[in-house]
Amino acid sequence: MSDEHKDMKLGSDQGADVGKKPEPGSDKTYLFDNPRNVKIVIRGLVVLCIILAILDLVIHRHSVHPWEHIFAFYPIYGFVSCVVLVLLAKELRKLVMRSESYYDPYPDTDPFDDDGNQEHHDA
Amino acid sequence: MPEFAVTLPLLIGALLAGLTRGKLRAILMMAAPIVGAYLVYSLTPGQNFQTELLGMEVTPVRVDSLSILFGYLFHLAAFIGVVYSLHLKDTPQLVASLAYAACAVGAVFAGDLLTLFLYWEGLAVTSSILVFARRSGRSLGAGIRYLLVQVFSGVLLLAGTIAWAHGGNGLDFNHIGLESMAGKIIFIAFGIKASFPLVHNWLTDSYPEATPSGTVFLSAFTTKVAIYSLARGYAGTEQLIYIGVTMACFPIFYAVIANDLRRVLAYSLINQLGFMVVGIGIGTELALNGAVAHAFNDVLFKGLLMMSMGAVLHVTGEMRGSELGGLYKKMPKTAILCMIGAASISAFPLFNGFVSKSMIVTAVLQEGHEWVWLGLLFAAAGVFHHAGIKIPFFAFFGHNSKHIETAHEPPKNMLVAMTIAASLCIGIGCFPSALYALLPYATDYNPYDASHVLSQVQLLAFSALAFLSLNLYKIYPPELRSTHLDAQWVYRRFAPTAIRKTFRFVMSIDQAIRKTALKWMGRGVLGLARHHRSEGVLARSWPTGSMVFWVAVLLGSTLLMYYV
Repeated sequence: MSDEHKDMKLGSDQGADVGKKPEPGSDKTYLFDNPRNVKIVIRGLVVLCIILAILDLVIHRHSVHPWEHIFAFYPIYGFVSCVVLVLLAKELRKLVMRSESYYDPYPDTDPFDDDGNQEHHDA
Repeated sequence: MPEFAVTLPLLIGALLAGLTRGKLRAILMMAAPIVGAYLVYSLTPGQNFQTELLGMEVTPVRVDSLSILFGYLFHLAAFIGVVYSLHLKDTPQLVASLAYAACAVGAVFAGDLLTLFLYWEGLAVTSSILVFARRSGRSLGAGIRYLLVQVFSGVLLLAGTIAWAHGGNGLDFNHIGLESMAGKIIFIAFGIKASFPLVHNWLTDSYPEATPSGTVFLSAFTTKVAIYSLARGYAGTEQLIYIGVTMACFPIFYAVIANDLRRVLAYSLINQLGFMVVGIGIGTELALNGAVAHAFNDVLFKGLLMMSMGAVLHVTGEMRGSELGGLYKKMPKTAILCMIGAASISAFPLFNGFVSKSMIVTAVLQEGHEWVWLGLLFAAAGVFHHAGIKIPFFAFFGHNSKHIETAHEPPKNMLVAMTIAASLCIGIGCFPSALYALLPYATDYNPYDASHVLSQVQLLAFSALAFLSLNLYKIYPPELRSTHLDAQWVYRRFAPTAIRKTFRFVMSIDQAIRKTALKWMGRGVLGLARHHRSEGVLARSWPTGSMVFWVAVLLGSTLLMYYV
């Protein structure tokens, strides 16, 4: 189970844990500038998902609700609900999106300049 | 120390923050929450402070396990917030943040509704300063709207309190319920502060406009005081279950499309509050424990996320997802801390969100609310999607933005504050019994059983997979410079336009009436003038001869009449 957590974190953070170690002597190229590393993260996540789905068959779930016994209920629900979420949000955008200056006719293009002196002390 | 002094350390801290400067101020401000927390530690449940006011029994300080838990939480949040804002020299903001924390502590220790009302309004005023302190045109507007809504909530609370006391219930703040009219009014007052659907927009409007450290304080106190109040007054109220599941679900749609990353977090704050409200609505011991524990954890992980975004804002001056990206290259520490917060809010096993969210979800299932359970699962997958992936992805990864050139790690104190919060997130996640021991009901709940952990990890991994595939196939909506209409449209656009149009309509009628009246008056004047002006029939001057002639005619006709 603990291996699984480790793997999970790796995949979920979109390779963040890999990002902890900057490559030595590389001032210009960073970790994800190399498409190979991005590919590793993506593949890692896919492999992890497959393993998790298979674990559903291995681990006996003591559940409260009958639906929890359906094979891959949580994986399917998680995947489908996120896709639905994004697709609906895109539709929502058609309805509710307005220009940035919709409410105020005088938008400050760089809001931070307006916050006085307070935030610039450390500079 | 006597129990009535429970808010004094923070209040005195606020006062001293206004009077001192430099290192001394930093030390005093950090000491205030520590002394306050020690004071809470020294309190024992049942140690109340009662007094009489105008013949009424009031309890300014009531100590029980629920208020002690929130007391610890608020002192902890104040300490983290103070550390995060140590680099600031903005005195009003620093004073306001400690005073704000003091009001929050006062509110959760208030044993009667009148005291609660005083702190309730105190929260409104002190917190609005944190919005105004941004000192921009937008923050001024947002701050005024925020203050109006908050004060309105306070007025409702006062009205409800008066009605409640008038109904013979006294002023004590215990279970209220929705049976009486007074109970309903107080419910709405709490609901506004807890950002119930349709009255939620003050939160997503003002929090992203506050200063970087201001938002950290804001996200910790106001809504959690509301959650505490609901738990105290309305535990087991069924309506809360449905309100809560709505709160958990609808904001995630907005969070997916919002561009300002702190606005994304504000929507996700409502989503997390939804889980707590459902827990309170279920009202069983497990559910209430879960709600309160989740409030505790939310302060930590939402604070951590707000702090990391505040750090990005502080360094780059930019918060729009469309303008950010690739910052992991220059801010790796902030990125890692942010991802710890993201993992916690997404309720990954071994992070603190998991140990409290699973309590609520289990309680929902135990009580047989299966649709609510499905809603919460959807919300749990959605929160990972927008807060867990979107926030770190668009700020620290994604495309390379122009800010990479100038970006650097934030000041040390910010990093320290984030590290404290992150350690607590992981600490509580790994050793939940420390938090469980503080909960209002004794519990032997164990979140780490195989089925729980597997379910949650499966849910999250596949929603990550969904994000990945949507992104690869370019279906994921890009970050766009935009505003999204929400409930606030009613008072920011509809009401002003409606009022303007009504005025214009009334004015046009008024003008038509005036015009007609003027026309008729003009005609009257003309008519009068026709007869009375110099050449008019009635104003003409007659020659003496004609008068003599007419007199002669008159006399002649009289004579004639006489003889006839």
